Amino acid sequence: MQYFFNWDVVWRATDKLAYGLVLGLGMATFALVVGSVIGLASALVLTSPKLKALHRPVRWYVEIIRNSPLLVLVFFVYFGLPQAGIRGLDNIGSFVLTLTLYAGAYMTEVFRGGLASIPARYIESGMAIGLSGRQCFFFVTLPVMFRIVLPSLTNNLISLFKDTALASAIAVPELTHTARWINVQTFQVVEAWTSVTVLYLVVSYLIAFVLRRVERRYAVIR
Amino acid sequence: MSTTAASANGHDGSLVLSARDIHKRFGDVEVLKGIDIDVAKGEVVALIGASGSGKTTFLRCVNMLEEYQAGTIRVGGEPIGYHEEGGRRLRLPEATVVRQRADIGMVFQSFNLFPHLTARANIMLGLTKVRGKSKAEAGAIADRWLERVGLSDRKDHYPYQLSGGQQQRVAIARAVSMDPRLVLFDEVTSALDPELVGEVLTVMQDLAKSGMTMLVVSHEMLFVSSIATRVVFMDGGRIAEQGPPSEILKNPKSERLRSFLGRFHGVLR
Repeated sequence: MQYFFNWDVVWRATDKLAYGLVLGLGMATFALVVGSVIGLASALVLTSPKLKALHRPVRWYVEIIRNSPLLVLVFFVYFGLPQAGIRGLDNIGSFVLTLTLYAGAYMTEVFRGGLASIPARYIESGMAIGLSGRQCFFFVTLPVMFRIVLPSLTNNLISLFKDTALASAIAVPELTHTARWINVQTFQVVEAWTSVTVLYLVVSYLIAFVLRRVERRYAVIR
Repeated sequence: MSTTAASANGHDGSLVLSARDIHKRFGDVEVLKGIDIDVAKGEVVALIGASGSGKTTFLRCVNMLEEYQAGTIRVGGEPIGYHEEGGRRLRLPEATVVRQRADIGMVFQSFNLFPHLTARANIMLGLTKVRGKSKAEAGAIADRWLERVGLSDRKDHYPYQLSGGQQQRVAIARAVSMDPRLVLFDEVTSALDPELVGEVLTVMQDLAKSGMTMLVVSHEMLFVSSIATRVVFMDGGRIAEQGPPSEILKNPKSERLRSFLGRFHGVLR
């Protein structure tokens, strides 16, 4: 049996592919931003002796997420939560919630490492000029930590963007889902999967390229 | 010999620092065993002694980077870190300690410039956030100090773009720009390459001449002998001997000081 290439099927789906791409990027960015807030809060809890009572629940959150396949978590939230009486999330909302919690768990470890790697002498010199503990945190610890973890943030954004492919499993119309749609509509298997592979590749590479420049701009720690 | 009448050295008699019977323990080890020291306004007091003698620890107690278990340190007459209440020794509220630190400058061995801020911004941070000055005002003060330490052309450089000597000069400018009552120098040239030591000492000399009250831990004996108004020799957590540099460095009384100074043979005559 001979295979006939027909790239037209891709061009005709441009609008769907573009929508899928933007949706994937949007979901990944949202997960990274909100996940970073969750991760920072969790990391602060874990590094605070005063909040010892919260260490265990936070650890459980991180461990459960990090030791489960993302796809399973996606199904669990999408199919499981409504059964448990938590409704009101469509498939996109459900996936974004899952991806955000997932990002939060990974960012917890990133920020915890970032906080731990800030030499105490920077905090001390902040104290020595009369900064309060809070001021030291906001004007020294946070900005220094941000610069330390920037490369991890870049990697996480790219990972999260690629992870959005899993949303196709619950029919979120992102890139992978669109490829499958082209595939079943036209049977042009090669065109469908080549086009999204190239799109994932190019976009991931572009994110890395842009953010490496940002990293260089902020790379002031030696 | 616990204190020296500073006025005898030709200084304005008002005391900037006065420490009485300071004891400090790290666990079971007592590292300060009763330090008494007075520093008058405009004095430059050098703390010398072998490592482990407690010089740096004492310096860090003065601005409460270390807690101390007994005794009273006063800066400008105000007790630092602790106060007595109904016969009990209590730590002052954190806000009070924070305010007190702002009036005591400190320069560290390892510079400790904020790595994410330029030289100028390093100096401005305390001026704006602690002293409440406007950006413009803080910038002007920073520029003035950067000029004084000879780094006007490096003001927009980040710490990693500066040599050790340049970083330390910025760190000194950062400390003194806050207009502190007293500046503590903790072995500020020990981490520097030998050829960079001079530029930092020159800046300190300039400050000393301008009447800055300074407490300096240093191993630079030549420097100590040239700028210190008084030298304090610490040994095993106590002050073993003190006096003007000419006396202490040239006619040491105790055997310990003689043997300590012997290591600097050739530097001192």
